[in-house]
Amino acid sequence: MTVVEYSAAASIEEAVSLLLSSDIPAKVLAGGTDLIIQSAGLDPIKVVDIKNIDSMMGATIDGDGLTLGPSMPCAELYSRDDVKALFPGLVEAAYLIGSTQVQGRCSVGGNLCNSSPAADTIPALIANAAQCVIQGPGGERTVAVEDFVTGVGRNCMAKGELLTALRLAKPAAGTSDAYLRFIPRTEMDIAVAGAGVSVTLDGAGTCTAARVSIGAVAPTALLIPEAADALIGSKLDEAALDKAAAASLAASSPITDRRGTVEFRKHVVGVLTKRAATIAAQRARGE
Amino acid sequence: MAKVHVSTSVNGEPTEFLCEPHDTLLDVLRNELNMTGTKEGCGSGDCGACSVTVNDRLVCSCLVLGAEAEGKEIGTVEGIGNNDSLHVIQEKFLEHAALQCGICTPGLIVSTKALLEENPSPTEEEARYYLAGNLCRCTGYDKIIRAVMDAAESMRGAA
Ligand code: FES
Ligand code: FES
Repeated sequence: MTVVEYSAAASIEEAVSLLLSSDIPAKVLAGGTDLIIQSAGLDPIKVVDIKNIDSMMGATIDGDGLTLGPSMPCAELYSRDDVKALFPGLVEAAYLIGSTQVQGRCSVGGNLCNSSPAADTIPALIANAAQCVIQGPGGERTVAVEDFVTGVGRNCMAKGELLTALRLAKPAAGTSDAYLRFIPRTEMDIAVAGAGVSVTLDGAGTCTAARVSIGAVAPTALLIPEAADALIGSKLDEAALDKAAAASLAASSPITDRRGTVEFRKHVVGVLTKRAATIAAQRARGE
Repeated sequence: MAKVHVSTSVNGEPTEFLCEPHDTLLDVLRNELNMTGTKEGCGSGDCGACSVTVNDRLVCSCLVLGAEAEGKEIGTVEGIGNNDSLHVIQEKFLEHAALQCGICTPGLIVSTKALLEENPSPTEEEARYYLAGNLCRCTGYDKIIRAVMDAAESMRGAA
């Protein structure tokens, strides 16, 4: 790909019409940390910059929960204490992407739309049951985040469609989340395995609701209902955590590459599930 | 391919340029505006040699299109100190011998300034994490970190 045309859209409607009317492949330009590298080839593309649209760049919290502008830079998200208070796991996932410089540009929506199997924010979004609001020529539709990515680098968006918001319902009392990943270095690397967990605890410390998602161990990040079922009804004791870990391990289908073998990734995704559940529970208890 | 006309501000100076849609901000700075302080190490967001600020946010200029600079405020190393009076960060880099070949230095100066504006009293660990996207093949980083910590201290003293 090589960028032969650049347009900055002033509104969502204009972005949709620019994407739709293009006679060459058109791509949405958010932070560009993936797109600009991918565009080092020959096939001509048009880019539509959506960063001048305020709603794409902001985050608002109201009684219903969080509406996240998909293109808000992760560095800015990290500075939002109100978002961190509700979804610490999502913010920590966003913060793991790249260096300070990359953080200044990369975004949760960009991470999702790039649709890499190893994207850090996707398991965290799935754990929080995020809904993707998509605007297109036929109007608006909403897709559950676990259904958004359809394969390696592929997603459910059709020509002319734009991800306009991520909606995360306000967590019930006693709820929190966590995201962990394994990388061979201390930072600035791509997940070898990752796990996002959200748990809700009642006053007695019993888990009443949970969502578990794993990343980098299958073509797409996965929601693992069996792992959540292992946690629900328990006090997150060792036996329940082991069962959840085993469910994640069983659902994973990783590949061997120079970053890790199948056996290693399966083992690690189980361990991360357990640890992320433990951290989410500590946060839910206010510890 | 139609060129894009861009009006922007670089180090506070109103600046206009024409660029190809695929030109990066790094290409524009170096090749159109003849501001070669900003370096290219990798062109893929890995080394930080091309660090600049866009509306006060630290970014890799190799991952920004020149066209995106429209209406923005760009800050480069040329805006930090000058030949007659160096910025204290630059003085400290010299004092601590925090450079050898120097290709990483402009990026590190820009990043260090952004760090100290955000966090005037970083711990050594915070400084190392913040600057982890600025690679240096020569110094082994210790002298860089010493220069950064010393610059932080003297900037706090001056404030
Ligand atoms: S040249 Fe931009 S990060 Fe290396
Ligand atoms: S001084 Fe040579 S790369 Fe840092």
